[in-house]
Amino acid sequence: MRDVAVIGIGIQRWGELWERSLRDLFVEAALNAIRDAGVERIDSMYVGCMSPGLFIGQEHLGSLLADYLGVCPIPALRVESACASGGMAVRAGFIEVASGLSDIVLVGGVEKMTDVSSGGATYALATAADAEYEVYQGATFPGLYAMVARDYMRRYGLTREQLAQVAVKNHDNGALNPHAQFPSKLSLEAVMTSTMVADPLRLMDCSPITDGAAVAILCPLNMANELSKQPPVKISGVGAATDHIALHDRKDFCEFSATVAACERAYKMAGVGPEQIDFAEVHDCFTIAELCVIEALGFFPRGTAGQATWAGETARTGKKPINTSGGLKSKGHPVGATGVGQIHELVTQLRGAAGARQVPGVKRGLAQNMGGSGGSTVVHILEVV
Amino acid sequence: MAFVPSYWRETPQRYRYEAVRCEECAKVFFPPRRSCDPWCNCKLEPHTVAQEGRVLTHTVIHIGPDQLSDETPYVLAICEMDDGARLTAQVVDCSPEKVEAGLRVRIEFRRIQKDGESGILMYGYKVVPA
Repeated sequence: MRDVAVIGIGIQRWGELWERSLRDLFVEAALNAIRDAGVERIDSMYVGCMSPGLFIGQEHLGSLLADYLGVCPIPALRVESACASGGMAVRAGFIEVASGLSDIVLVGGVEKMTDVSSGGATYALATAADAEYEVYQGATFPGLYAMVARDYMRRYGLTREQLAQVAVKNHDNGALNPHAQFPSKLSLEAVMTSTMVADPLRLMDCSPITDGAAVAILCPLNMANELSKQPPVKISGVGAATDHIALHDRKDFCEFSATVAACERAYKMAGVGPEQIDFAEVHDCFTIAELCVIEALGFFPRGTAGQATWAGETARTGKKPINTSGGLKSKGHPVGATGVGQIHELVTQLRGAAGARQVPGVKRGLAQNMGGSGGSTVVHILEVV
Repeated sequence: MAFVPSYWRETPQRYRYEAVRCEECAKVFFPPRRSCDPWCNCKLEPHTVAQEGRVLTHTVIHIGPDQLSDETPYVLAICEMDDGARLTAQVVDCSPEKVEAGLRVRIEFRRIQKDGESGILMYGYKVVPA
């Protein structure tokens, strides 16, 4: 298996982008990535997108996006794993480069979510849960994560303030990210008094509905210097895993077993443990998800992530900075693009190019991207070479 | 709007709580599955989900999907029935403040939603305090 590097990244500002279509979003980010890498061809591409069929009535994205990017006849495939679609597209591209099948692979993610009403978006997103045994009964995504939050609070004494601090901390970071949908600080009081969505989760515990795309260019590490002037960032570990799709079938609602299994594989491939990770981008689709995930990744013992967050340990200046981009909460959550957006942030930080939100001296970062209520997860470990 | 056969297929589970139970390991699968895993020698036999159980965790949904927007706020819970079957269901005939982990509940047959403005009525299970 060949070592794989990221040599280019591209994004544009995420948000409610009424004037741009899905194809516009993807092509803009892809052109930015191709120019960033300076490559003169692409051999293959993978695009993560959760549900173009329900959001814009379009399938067959491989053909559409290769066409509009102007790269036909290269092979192009859409990858779907709900909100982990983007990360799974990166993994698919990694496999293609590592195997030797292709040298320069474009991996992207895109979602156009604001062409439907909020009810339409809720319906499309709910298809990531068990349609017949969760959604039919009245479950919503905030509702599923609220049941995780209530279980966590009861068992570990997590306070409402500690939970809210996740959103406050992520907005502190996102306020410094020019690509963020909501680049503004958020007070603890604003989170605690926001509209109740699914008790105990309030509106400011929830990631928003977002239009956006992100793209990365992969190549074999030993060809990176010849293909690109950018300092290569090595993908040293990759892991993916699944779990029961329905939350009620999980043995432990707070454990996030798919994340545990995915990160074990990634740590093993990279030859490192959680203590050697300098910073991480994780899937904070809801505040409670960030706490469960950073425990599943082995950064904090079970039941302590709320206290650690409150104590500032996951802040940009803390010992384990989490979601320096602003996370899904502040940067936005265009579901299919999110996992590639995380890779964009890791590479930006590892190049030392994150400006005001730069964490000094980081050498190794981890991205964790999750589908549904945790039914699928993909983890990447990236490091400077 | 879904097609009629997709309702028919769910009827045994939603109306009669039909499940399967493994004769070897005594695990109950609701809804029924066709295998525990591809290499298991388990014998899966028809089983009816136990009618009583307890709440494991719950939420009160204030912003619901369009088809349930008239019903908010409503309580949704994950319940473990006395035979180990797990299900997600609304808790009704009970004020939200009374719902907590450990609350004993019983399955009841209720209307769940309707399919669009003039669509068919859809039934299934909710739980009430036992």
